[in-house]
Amino acid sequence: MWRYEKRLQHPVKITTPNPQLAQFIASQYGGPDGEIAASMRYLSQRYAMPYDVGKAVLTDVGTEELAHMEMIAAIIHQLTKGLTAEQIAASGLGPYYIDHTNGIWPQAAGGVPLNACEFQSKGDPITDLFECLAAEQKARTTYDNILRVVTDPEVCDPIRFLREREIVHFQRFGEALRTVQDHLDSRNFYALNPAFDNPAKPNPETANAAGCSVCGD
Amino acid sequence: MKENCPQLLNMIDQASFAMDDVLLYLDTHPCDRQAFAYYQAMARARREAMDAYQSACGPLMADKVNSASGCWNWIQGPWPWEGGR
Repeated sequence: MWRYEKRLQHPVKITTPNPQLAQFIASQYGGPDGEIAASMRYLSQRYAMPYDVGKAVLTDVGTEELAHMEMIAAIIHQLTKGLTAEQIAASGLGPYYIDHTNGIWPQAAGGVPLNACEFQSKGDPITDLFECLAAEQKARTTYDNILRVVTDPEVCDPIRFLREREIVHFQRFGEALRTVQDHLDSRNFYALNPAFDNPAKPNPETANAAGCSVCGD
Repeated sequence: MKENCPQLLNMIDQASFAMDDVLLYLDTHPCDRQAFAYYQAMARARREAMDAYQSACGPLMADKVNSASGCWNWIQGPWPWEGGR
């Protein structure tokens, strides 16, 4: 369940349109390492996660990615606002304009439409968390690539914010992977898929959730 | 928009972001009492700023539409992606 809050996670206020930059940044909306794919990946993967730490991280990062998707859309919207057809055609954004005018539509920088094959939901918590870690790094690299071609500080600011979040999410997914591995066979992590082959045992640290026994209470 | 509305929104953004960040930390460090206390302090700051903003500047959540305004001002812009707030 989600409720809408009528603000962005971080402000986006861009006063100078730039259609070429909009085309580049659109990749973080509907591209292979974009925010939509990120959110759909984590929110889909959580159902196969047997452990509470992993369920929480996938749910909460997946939710934050929805807010990032909204920020990227706001950036593209503001970068294309008020442009004439001639300006758009001269910028390289022409093919996009023909199909979508100035609407927001999920595609990669090169025009490839968003596809569910941008992400996996493999039903194996170890496999899935390694994919999450890779996804955060790929998104961070894309933001690095964007930052090399952006000179407008009004665009840099929200892009830097989003880049920073990829690093934090990478850290949290690494910690989640560590907690999953703590539950596995120490001689062979991959002997069993804890989501499929044997039902996961209750998480020792959250078995007594009400008393938060893990905290030594 | 009233004069202190941008300032209040900035306070909401800051407290909310602190919560967003510590939320993920607490998910993987559920026993860190200091982090939990920080989360609660930021939640208090956010609640206060949200109350002040929503009574003076307009709703950020649909259930905070003020009946004193006499109309469903949830629909009133600028919307977040329009850059005006």
